[in-house]
Amino acid sequence: MTDDILRMRGITMEFPGVKALSDVNLTVRRGEIHAICGENGAGKSTLMKVLSGVYPHGTYSGEIEVDGEPGHFSGIRDSEHRGIVIIHQELALCAQLSIAENIFLGNERATRGMIDWNKTNHDADNLLKRVGLREKATTTVADIGVGKQQLVEIAKALSKSVRLLILDEPTAALNDRDSEHLLDLLRGLRDEGITCVIISHKLNEVISIADRISILRDGKMIRTLDPANDEITEDVIIAGMVGRDLEHRFPPHEPKIGEEVLRIENWTVHSPIQPDRAVVSNASLTLRAGEIVGLAGLMGAGRTELAMSVFGRSYGVGISGQVYKNGKEIRTRTVQEAIRHGIAYATEDRKRYGLNLIDDIKRNVSAAALTKLASRGFVNDNEENKVAESYRKSMNIKAPTVASITGKLSGGNQQKVVLAKWIFTDPDVLILDEPTRGIDVGAKYEIYTIINQLADQGKAVLVISSELPELLGLCDRIYALSAGRITGEVPREEATQERLMQFMTKGQG
Amino acid sequence: MAAPTNSDVALSEQLPGAGGGPVTPKRGMPKINLRASGIYIAFALIVVLFAITTDGALLQPQNISNVIIQNSYILILAIGMILIIIAGHIDLSVGSVVAATGAIAAVLMVDHGWSWPLAILATLVVGGIIGAWHGYWVAYFGIPAFIVTLAGMLLFRAITMTILGNQGVGPFPEEVRTLANGFTEGYLGNVGLGPLGGADLFSIIVGGLVVIGWAVTQWRARVGRLGYGQQVEPMWLFLTKIVIAGAVVMGLIIQLARFKNLPWVLVLLAVLVLAYSVMTSKATFGRHIYAVGGNLQAATLSGVKVKSVVFWLFVNMGVLSAVAGIILAGRLNLAGPTAGNAFELDAIAAAFIGGAAVQGGVGKVIGAITGGLIMGVINNGMSLAGEPPERTMLVKGAVLLIAVAFDVWTKRRAGVAGR
Ligand SMILES: Nc1ncnc2c1ncn2[C@@H]1O[C@H](COP(=O)(O)OP(=O)(O)OP(=O)(O)O)[C@@H](O)[C@H]1O
Ligand SMILES: [Mg+2]
Repeated sequence: MTDDILRMRGITMEFPGVKALSDVNLTVRRGEIHAICGENGAGKSTLMKVLSGVYPHGTYSGEIEVDGEPGHFSGIRDSEHRGIVIIHQELALCAQLSIAENIFLGNERATRGMIDWNKTNHDADNLLKRVGLREKATTTVADIGVGKQQLVEIAKALSKSVRLLILDEPTAALNDRDSEHLLDLLRGLRDEGITCVIISHKLNEVISIADRISILRDGKMIRTLDPANDEITEDVIIAGMVGRDLEHRFPPHEPKIGEEVLRIENWTVHSPIQPDRAVVSNASLTLRAGEIVGLAGLMGAGRTELAMSVFGRSYGVGISGQVYKNGKEIRTRTVQEAIRHGIAYATEDRKRYGLNLIDDIKRNVSAAALTKLASRGFVNDNEENKVAESYRKSMNIKAPTVASITGKLSGGNQQKVVLAKWIFTDPDVLILDEPTRGIDVGAKYEIYTIINQLADQGKAVLVISSELPELLGLCDRIYALSAGRITGEVPREEATQERLMQFMTKGQG
Repeated sequence: MAAPTNSDVALSEQLPGAGGGPVTPKRGMPKINLRASGIYIAFALIVVLFAITTDGALLQPQNISNVIIQNSYILILAIGMILIIIAGHIDLSVGSVVAATGAIAAVLMVDHGWSWPLAILATLVVGGIIGAWHGYWVAYFGIPAFIVTLAGMLLFRAITMTILGNQGVGPFPEEVRTLANGFTEGYLGNVGLGPLGGADLFSIIVGGLVVIGWAVTQWRARVGRLGYGQQVEPMWLFLTKIVIAGAVVMGLIIQLARFKNLPWVLVLLAVLVLAYSVMTSKATFGRHIYAVGGNLQAATLSGVKVKSVVFWLFVNMGVLSAVAGIILAGRLNLAGPTAGNAFELDAIAAAFIGGAAVQGGVGKVIGAITGGLIMGVINNGMSLAGEPPERTMLVKGAVLLIAVAFDVWTKRRAGVAGR
């Protein structure tokens, strides 16, 4: 056996019109945590899909060696056989099944074909303990948030005898505390001898956890950073990723704050699953023209639920409270009403709520404001094309044309399409739920710039984010939400991570 | 803030050295998109095949006319069905609704002596109400369409049998029979076409106008796209397409003109196909159908009135079923209790052969029509060749499976399946 658990040599992968990988080499040492960094669309996910057999042997060129033996995988079953397990960027759980059923899906705890439910739930409980998820194994996956689902995915991977664990942006959906928890988990796994390959856009965590870091750019392997020879800083990584230095993380911005645009008062929302449980209670907040307001909170604090319930009651039951636009009370009982009143909500879950994945970029961009492109009920597709093309350019959406299917874009580029769609509705109030989730540093800067521009046009922007530095760098004012209650409101000058964290954990038991 | 490396990956592959420069429309040799055009190529091949095996009988004037008239009601149903399938639903009730509306039309005209325009209007309204019934349960009550329309299939067959007892009602007024079975008059007399003999001048002029009108629309669309600096197909390909399509349509019309002029149902079908094609590709309502089928939740959150879209699609299906019901009854000159049996299956098969996807979100009206014609030509060609019906059924089953398998295969090759 060699010291290298994995060697990939000369991997080239082409999709119609896109060369996703060209001649990529990657070596992973046994027992290390190996991070892969790169911009959106650099080919990170594709490389990992090649490795795990999602793209079977023969669809790419190049060689894969696992433990010095060639690995010709014709499907993920083959690679799992060799101890390689991948957790995809977009979670792949069956929403209607329980946590335990999901964990052992395809790998059931059964004797003679009959499932042993006691063992299933017991083993699942143990795995959940290992990943630190406090939910019952019998809970339906649809009832837990994206963040917790990520932990279920990891538990699922652990249930297989994994030796090489691949995690594609596992912390993108997690907040700092949960990310830290996850990283500790990975360190623990490393001590047990499990090798990890992790893809992440969060450079601070990459530096804190990775033994070595490989950088991809435009489908090519740029370099592998090894602490033995190289200095490892965020700037070095960024320079490798974008091919130049990035001086600031946040574009400078002078806010021009005007009148109040939106005011939410005594907003209370109940859970559709447990109608007697309030997910948001008595929340009140105001947004002003030209102002970027942050909404901080831990996983499950009710941020998304607050936003979606205001946006046409898309979430929740037993909703009460008032919404005022420019001082007048408005009704936002349906999404149409909300849009008509100039409210836009860009979702945190782009695949489920954001995009029509089988349709192209231009039709996704126009989906929420089709009437702007239509006269007498008929759409002007030339105009549509032009609009979409302008967003593709201004937001640097990596795709050959706006006729590219959104399902084939890389995760970060899909996110940009969702943003473009809502910006095109030209709203007065823009609610952005995790707008930079899964987006690389360079593109983040671009998105911050866009957000600043929108604010300068007099729009009120509400940014929901799990990344405190992002809220601190971007927002003029930050609300903290804890267990459904607004526990604090901090202006930019007084905001620090510690202060926000205090509010975010207030009243939690 | 354009990072140099944020230049378009694909473009820099295609145009070496392009560092994110302006995108110039590239006119090269276009690749044939098998997935999109496969169905039309298959149709052409099937026509050629049967033309050969039947020694040209397939393309005889009278036979062409027969194929159109015999399949007209399935094609009309296929138009409504593909829309419902695009939205991610299904309608199993159309066969029974065809029977029920045919029966209502017959009772109104024959037993109650209503004038035919009034009776037809009333029947269409009833069709719409039946569709609204289905649409309500599916869209607003949230029962899967499969269940609702399965119930509707039984319910409306039962209603038909209650109305008719177990005998048929007929005969229908002359005008209704003409609509279903008849032809336009030779308003302008005949012209001689040399060796082909005489043909109806009016039909030929109508055909010519349609072809010219279509070519002009295509040309204007092309100019419009160019005006927006978009990529268009090369001129030679554009002209070839126009010429071939024009020749096929004119050939068809001339054959029909040599027989008995234009069948009225062909005129009706042409209008429907045109209207629905424009609606699906250009109207906001059409866009909403695709959005609903592609991702229901995303459509909801984009402000699409998803319930109302689904509701109206079922209403539309009911009205088209009534149209088909009237035409079927008029053609048979009888509304019978077993009319329209299993029509839903033919309509669904037409939609799927024509490229619809089971998950919804994909499909075209013209595809469903082509799918319906493929089955019609197979039926006709095989019965001309004297094949027994069980063999025809076998071939149709195989065609359905192969068509969908081909679709899945091309999709997988495009790398979508490897999510
Ligand atoms: N199935 C597919 N068909 C066509 N193109 C694809 C397909 N999958 C990926 N691509 C293209 O390959 C390139 C690399 O995509 P990939 O998903 O590997 O990026 P990534 O580095 O993971 O980006 P992100 O950080 O945004 O997740 C992109 O340009 C993408 O559009
Ligand atoms: Mg990715």
